[in-house]
Amino acid sequence: MDIIISLGAVLAIIVVALVGAQATGLQYLLGIIIPYAAFAVFLVGFVKRVLDWARSPVPFRIPTTAGQEVSLPWIKSAKLDNPSTTSGVIARMALEIFAFRSLFRNTKAEWRSGFLIQGPAKWLWLGALLFHYGFLVTAVRHLRLFVDPIPAWINGIDMIDGMLQIGAPPVYISDLLLIGGLAILLVRRLALPKVRYISLPADYFPLFLILAIGITGLLMRFFFRVDIVGVKTLVVGLASFRPTLPDGIGAMFFIHVLLVCTLLAYFPFSKLMHMGGVFLSPTRNLANTNRMKRHINPWWKPPKFHPYEEYEDEFRELMKEAGIPVERE
Amino acid sequence: MAKQLTPQETMRIDLNPPKEGWMDIPVKIKEGIYSYATKPEKVEDVGMPNPHKWAVTDEDWGLPENWKEVFLEGFRERLEKHRSFKIFMDICVRCGACADKCHFFLGSGDPKNMPVVRAELLRSIYRGELTTAGRILGRLAGGRKLTRQVLKEIWYYMFQCTECRRCSLFCPYGIDTAEVTIIGRELLNLFGLNINWIQEPVSNCYKFGNHLGLQPHTFKQNIEFMLMDIEEFVGIKIEPTFNRKGAEILFITPSGDVFAEPGIYTLMGYLMLFEHIGLDYTWSTYASEGGNFGFFTSLEMAQRLNAKMYHEAKRLGVKWILGGECGHMWRVVHQYMNTFNEPVDSLEEPVSPITGTKFENAKSLKMVHISEFTADLIKHGKLKLEPSRNDHLKVTFHDSCNPSRAMGLLDEPRYVLKNVCNNFYEMPENTIREQTFCCGSGSGLNAGENMELRMRGGLPRANAVKYVSEKHGVNVLANVCAIDRATLSASMEYWCPDVAVAGVSELVANALIMEGENDRSLNLRGEEIPGRGTQDEEAQEDV
Repeated sequence: MDIIISLGAVLAIIVVALVGAQATGLQYLLGIIIPYAAFAVFLVGFVKRVLDWARSPVPFRIPTTAGQEVSLPWIKSAKLDNPSTTSGVIARMALEIFAFRSLFRNTKAEWRSGFLIQGPAKWLWLGALLFHYGFLVTAVRHLRLFVDPIPAWINGIDMIDGMLQIGAPPVYISDLLLIGGLAILLVRRLALPKVRYISLPADYFPLFLILAIGITGLLMRFFFRVDIVGVKTLVVGLASFRPTLPDGIGAMFFIHVLLVCTLLAYFPFSKLMHMGGVFLSPTRNLANTNRMKRHINPWWKPPKFHPYEEYEDEFRELMKEAGIPVERE
Repeated sequence: MAKQLTPQETMRIDLNPPKEGWMDIPVKIKEGIYSYATKPEKVEDVGMPNPHKWAVTDEDWGLPENWKEVFLEGFRERLEKHRSFKIFMDICVRCGACADKCHFFLGSGDPKNMPVVRAELLRSIYRGELTTAGRILGRLAGGRKLTRQVLKEIWYYMFQCTECRRCSLFCPYGIDTAEVTIIGRELLNLFGLNINWIQEPVSNCYKFGNHLGLQPHTFKQNIEFMLMDIEEFVGIKIEPTFNRKGAEILFITPSGDVFAEPGIYTLMGYLMLFEHIGLDYTWSTYASEGGNFGFFTSLEMAQRLNAKMYHEAKRLGVKWILGGECGHMWRVVHQYMNTFNEPVDSLEEPVSPITGTKFENAKSLKMVHISEFTADLIKHGKLKLEPSRNDHLKVTFHDSCNPSRAMGLLDEPRYVLKNVCNNFYEMPENTIREQTFCCGSGSGLNAGENMELRMRGGLPRANAVKYVSEKHGVNVLANVCAIDRATLSASMEYWCPDVAVAGVSELVANALIMEGENDRSLNLRGEEIPGRGTQDEEAQEDV
């Protein structure tokens, strides 16, 4: 049911765009007003969400330590997995963000001849890595549409991305990564009973949405060619805040754009915010310096405890009898 | 259930979840899984809210009129106080990496024990009651409403998590279910809905200084019994001091080791070690608890119990504090104590009086772990050791959750063990060090009435022990945790009856060559060391 709803929502967006693309007035809405609005929602929403997280303090220093601590000088500490310096934390975070270190650690629990084996499990890591890098390169590559002339570094990326030279126009490597990664993530979610069990509409929807974005992008490139000069005019216009709407761009473009706009507007309110949250996670971004440096809790209050004086008052006679020294005889 | 289900029966676990979604399956609270409700007077003792008589099997749990507002307000308050909680409510992508990392899920197959679902129990309330999208879209946005039934479900599963953090290790964003459980339990404690196995030790610790409620003279007496045993088994007389002002070091350890086997052997180990090196230290009957069941209740309660350590160190005028073997004690000491308390000026940066080593890593808190302390002694050759006395033991080491994943104390105890035992074997690599499995009964879940839960939760750890037991003949499971010593004993009895449980310091003391000792044919348990007694007799015959 969750799957059908999510898929239905994405199809509905496509239909809306398809209908809208037929009328010039609606094209104006789809090509100019909605992109501006979606981008504004994305920016404001993203920043607001991050600021909202940052508003909550980090009262305690609670890194999850994944290796040997710094203790005696002759014991080798795990500088990356249990960092005690800022550079160590930066390296740990970099590994987490660029290489998905924790996912790489993943195991799969299985019973084999009476023993519970924690075997290696790399599909999730692989799917996630392919997808995220594919998405990143695709996004960066799209910058060529926003600027004129195109800077050399974007052309460079474009060239490398297309170096497989398969087909005409050539297939981008990033497209393959994006679609391949998404396929792994989607198949996992549908086929693995445990993952399917925990999945919500909020998990299927972004998968279908991004898949639709990728597919419409490929369709535009290979099958339903759109007027690329018109697209560039429109996008450069948007980027320079002098929007114009050229004629005859092609419906597939408007579908693609509306899907992207949906993604942008949906982003700040969804789990996709893990993109910002991963940087702020206190179990990962704090150094394990707990006993070396005092960590301050902004809402600290002195504890109401049972002081020694009261304890002695309650047990003085028993203490004296047992030969335990007391403060007041 | 140890009585009802055989290990073979318990091992029949289906890890495949049911077809029906978890929100559609109302909670079924099962005997053997839950622990009994707290007694109201134990709540009253520490001035916590809503003390009242209730039972888990009651339909009505005695919630106050406005419980829903209190719960949601408490939820909001904690979102504003803990960035961890706020982020962990927002960014989970339900990738499932954590699903099969939880010992309770692996041992029970209950899908709501997957860490992600445990957190979703609260997240669904967060979305459904506290976010605009969730309030409008409901189920479509993964939200649901807070009802009495849902509250029971949250209760049931918050007390099926040992806050071990194994899931957090595998989470790509470091989402820590321990944070979720800590806060979930705090919310339940707004209504006096603790379990008695936690609340009573909390009250005891507050009033008497330790979880067991040992009064000062009893605390001293218990240690004196152990001194008598040492005299009998080792042939030396030790006279430690209690509440002594002017001692250089205050020693604090969990009270469980003052009370029951096999923890008492670890405590005997401390007594012998300190005697061996001539340490100027004192015990305290007031700060007589290293552990902190307050941590399983609320962070405020943890702070209130923890405050005694510094308070007593200051009163006695010691230079620094040495802490014994304990898991959750070190979670609180290492990650919270330095924030809970204002610094004590009279304490000094810890330096080993025997080796002169500065414990740089503890220079601010001024509290050192016994394994760090002992490893340093051995490294400097300050202990006279005869490891062959432990030759009949084939030892493996269980990393306790908290020292591993909230501190990183991994190689110190191993170094100590390898110097006092000749036969040491590691369990499979994905079950040790930072990936260690919980004993199954941590975070105050080591009661008697929830034995089925404990044995199920203990299964992954016990199964790895079984592996090395079959492969290498391992017969001792060493550890640095008082809860482990109690709970792993039960778990081993159920899952691997041939394996005994021992604290690292017990094995150290067995190998210590004490000045003026007897022939040491007995270990600290008063058992004859195989080969040793007879060897001596033969030697005498030869003469």
